[in-house]
Amino acid sequence: MVLVYSDDKKLTLELLNKGKELSKELGKKVTAICIGHDSFAKEYLEHGADNVIAAETDLHTFKAEEYASILEKIAKENNNEVILIGSNKNGKELAGRLAAKLDTGCVTDCINVHVKDNKIVTERMVYSGNAIAVEQFTSHPQIVTIPPKAFNPLPKNEGHKGEVIKKKFDFEKSPSKITKVQEMKTEGVSVEDAEIIVSCGRGFKNKDDIKLVRELADVLKGRTVGCSRPIAADLKWLSEDHWIGLSGHKVKPKLYIACGISGQIQHIAGMRDSGVIVAINKDPEALIFKSADYGIVGDLYQVIPKLTSAIKDKMG
Amino acid sequence: MNIIVCAKQVVDVSEIKVDSSTKKPILAGVPQKISDIDKNALEEAIKIKEKHGGKITVVTVGQSDAKERIKELLAMGADEGVLVVPPQNADYSVVSHILAGAIKKIGSYNIVLCGEASIDMFSGQMGPRVAGLLNIPQITYAQHVNVEKDKVISERNLGDKAVTIESPYPVLITVTKEINQPRLPSLMQILASSSKPIHEWPANDVASGKLEPKIKTIDIKGVPMARKNVIFKDDLDQSVTKLVDELAKVGVLR
Repeated sequence: MVLVYSDDKKLTLELLNKGKELSKELGKKVTAICIGHDSFAKEYLEHGADNVIAAETDLHTFKAEEYASILEKIAKENNNEVILIGSNKNGKELAGRLAAKLDTGCVTDCINVHVKDNKIVTERMVYSGNAIAVEQFTSHPQIVTIPPKAFNPLPKNEGHKGEVIKKKFDFEKSPSKITKVQEMKTEGVSVEDAEIIVSCGRGFKNKDDIKLVRELADVLKGRTVGCSRPIAADLKWLSEDHWIGLSGHKVKPKLYIACGISGQIQHIAGMRDSGVIVAINKDPEALIFKSADYGIVGDLYQVIPKLTSAIKDKMG
Repeated sequence: MNIIVCAKQVVDVSEIKVDSSTKKPILAGVPQKISDIDKNALEEAIKIKEKHGGKITVVTVGQSDAKERIKELLAMGADEGVLVVPPQNADYSVVSHILAGAIKKIGSYNIVLCGEASIDMFSGQMGPRVAGLLNIPQITYAQHVNVEKDKVISERNLGDKAVTIESPYPVLITVTKEINQPRLPSLMQILASSSKPIHEWPANDVASGKLEPKIKTIDIKGVPMARKNVIFKDDLDQSVTKLVDELAKVGVLR
């Protein structure tokens, strides 16, 4: 059996597509897991799950220790071959702990997963996006975490039915407790969903100057502004939901315009899958040009306003 | 407050060159260093020790040349170092068993601190794995740690929200790069660190029977990066016009 779990519904639907494909190759079924509720069960079935296990618990908040304990029980009862987990921060800490509990292998943030000789082979970015590690499991269950947007969900099929198994599981309680959950200061930007992103980096001298990027994003009807690490993490000119890179968000818009971004590999790792990449930088030697389709060498304070007005003219 | 910090020796990823024909990374000859975020973990440990006293032990699973790197950590403020050389095919599982075994051998501890991930492999699974093997609570992606006598209060950064968790000891915490700014040791500290002990323990001693990998690496392959690399160098107006024409042609302006 192939198990699929994420605390994010959308990500679960994406994993189900891959889970379905793997389960067919392995001649198994794919099961989605809900913990503490079964409200998404119908949707999971309509998007490819053969059945759904809804673990009945009184847990309402995620704690890796407790969720790993529940998944450990489910995996052992079903003698699972493959466990796919959504690679958000909760998912990654869950996967690692579960791997220790099941004393098995785990590969995180896989961008490719397939079956070879009945074992799972994974591909993931390593060395800050400079290489891809190809790894194969020699143990099972095989735990794989998959980041958002790596795969599309299957189209909805209302006729696809399956069983919803409601079951109580004992689990180990964690002695830690959650005392506060606070929304982080964000501007409600979802860079992962953007079709066009205009991004800014250290080339900007003042926080106010970021309006140049906003204006360009506006005429492109992309309206999405991204940034490199220093702008969000160090200077805090933009909230972290704008941050694109290895520790920030990974994006693949059809057009990515990098303004005043030097092109550190950590940033490239977050945007390398973009359709068309444009770079604007005054340093002709900047690394970003190596990762760009088109580049203009020049002062962004001159280039961006000109580009904004030229695009405005072109698009009418 | 006894603290154990797990620190990994890695290649300096910013120094990696890519072979232009195979697109594979050239790892030979790349300088080694302690993974950046592990230094944040040690810095946090030192801050806790400054306030509450205690002892800091750093544990490294790596080749014997990692001893030089451990010396840097002792100069920063760790009290003792432990180095365990892993068997040749050590995967995430093997390393986690060695770390957990070494931590058990050290014995008395309140907090285990790690970086959220190492900058070379960035798997992020080592902290949670070790916590799982030790069967202690885990707090990952901590951007703030406040140590009290009987409990630690820590804030996790989940990107869209911050979750505050309280845990009794012992506990394992992984920290983000934003939590602090690691200090640079003074010359006096560097000199004084040479008298601090570094223990070398055989992997078999700390993780006997658990050194069988669960995953094998088949290949480290290059990343295809087929970009056009067209750079417009005419005067600015012409460059902008050409760029806009190109963008319209490839269909991204609509």
